[in-house]
Amino acid sequence: MKDKIAEKLLLFIAFSAILSLLLITFFIFQQGIPLIFKVGLSNFFSTHWAPTRGNFGILSMIIGSLMVTAGALVVGIPFGLACAIFLAEFSSPPIQKTLKPIIELLAGIPSVVYGFIGIVILVPFIREHFGGPGFSVLAASIILGIMILPTIVSISYDALLAVPNTYREGSYAVGATKWQTVVMLLLPAARSGIVAGIILGMGRAIGETMAVIMIAGNALKIPHSMLDSVRTLTSTLALELGYATGDHRAALFACGSFLFLIIILLNIIAIKITGRK
Amino acid sequence: MIIKTANLNLYYDKFQALKNVNLSIKENLITGIIGPSGCGKSTLLRVFNRMNDLIKNVKITGSILIDKKDIYSPVYDLILLRKNVGMVFQRPNAFPISIFDNVAYGPRVWGISDKKTLIEIVERSLAAVDLFDSIKDRLKDSALSLSAEKKQRLCIARLLAVEPQILLMDEPCSALDPIATGKIEELMIELKKKYTIIIVTHNMQQAARIADDVGFMLLGELIEFASAKKIFTNPLDKRTFEYISGRFG
Repeated sequence: MKDKIAEKLLLFIAFSAILSLLLITFFIFQQGIPLIFKVGLSNFFSTHWAPTRGNFGILSMIIGSLMVTAGALVVGIPFGLACAIFLAEFSSPPIQKTLKPIIELLAGIPSVVYGFIGIVILVPFIREHFGGPGFSVLAASIILGIMILPTIVSISYDALLAVPNTYREGSYAVGATKWQTVVMLLLPAARSGIVAGIILGMGRAIGETMAVIMIAGNALKIPHSMLDSVRTLTSTLALELGYATGDHRAALFACGSFLFLIIILLNIIAIKITGRK
Repeated sequence: MIIKTANLNLYYDKFQALKNVNLSIKENLITGIIGPSGCGKSTLLRVFNRMNDLIKNVKITGSILIDKKDIYSPVYDLILLRKNVGMVFQRPNAFPISIFDNVAYGPRVWGISDKKTLIEIVERSLAAVDLFDSIKDRLKDSALSLSAEKKQRLCIARLLAVEPQILLMDEPCSALDPIATGKIEELMIELKKKYTIIIVTHNMQQAARIADDVGFMLLGELIEFASAKKIFTNPLDKRTFEYISGRFG
């Protein structure tokens, strides 16, 4: 009897988690999608965003989000991969045991702290040495690149460790050096895990809000260089939702729906890639 | 004589895995190393291409000469050693890349990138292990799709592609069924025309079938080393006799 109650209770709790996800999904789409149909796709995907005057173009924000994310990957992939390779193949167990938790700790730092470091150190540095306002695609890319490191490092590291030792021995047995073994055999063998790590990192970069608001400048235009400021989809949501009403509010939910779709898509791709072993 | 060891001792930390091993291995013969599990036969094999270097806290004393050169001397080129002394492992470790790339792996490691040369080497190496005809249409397929026997052949082809002199085989048939084992044994006899082969096996019949010389090891010692005929018909040491007649092991 007690078992039955516990089972039902756990089932209920488990389903309530899924239910809340479904409710969120439903709510976002229900609030946002009607507006897209009302104003039309050409308005929604234009560059002109003046939501109080009937212009709901989010293209410059999409481009902003994409640029910042691409920049984060340019920073995060080489550093993340190098770090994972060093940890998995070139470092001794005591070094692994110290370094890995430290890198994972990066994931626990609140994003507002990253933003703060960006404002205090990175933005002035860029302004002085490269010109422009400092609040820029470049600043956001660097900070986001650091923020996605833990994801890329830990997933790539696990993927490298999962490569059987017999492959390494087979490679050494034809005279390959350690570095040749990594580049020619281990990276291809661990490719699916590494790509999954990168895609999950990408999802994190697209979704990041606070740090980006603080350092990207939030200017509503298509950036022409890495030193221009940008506004991303997430920034727009966070900045405007507080005062938006009516169609403006609905437009923000439409932005949210779009973002939601992108992130779901990235996660599905990541799951597909890791599942296909 | 291509390989010669003198007073070879090997320690894992404090455990002595090889005790004062002295042996000479002749060119273009198959030398079998037999003995019960844990007698140090795989460890001995791994001395010859310095695969033990990958394990921490290994200490080796004595000398191991290949072509009269001390392979553990600090000036000896380890990478060149591994090229000259190929190794086949217990489990066929075909890489998770295409069949072609598996065989081309070694040549690429050694800096050959010319497509034509690579194709030539791959075809020659696969032909040398009697694999080319049966898989020539699927060279782009993943090597993991092959059967265990073909994988093992592929692993041997991968070694032949870098033109070694010596092939070390660590129980190469233990993951294969009897028919596949017979085929790999035929291949080894074919290969000894060009290569010196050292095979570690726990299977005495296998050693009797293919080996020219046989060494019997027990608890890290090389008890007896002689021609296969002598070891299996008229061993000098009582322990060898007991092992080959199935008293233990």
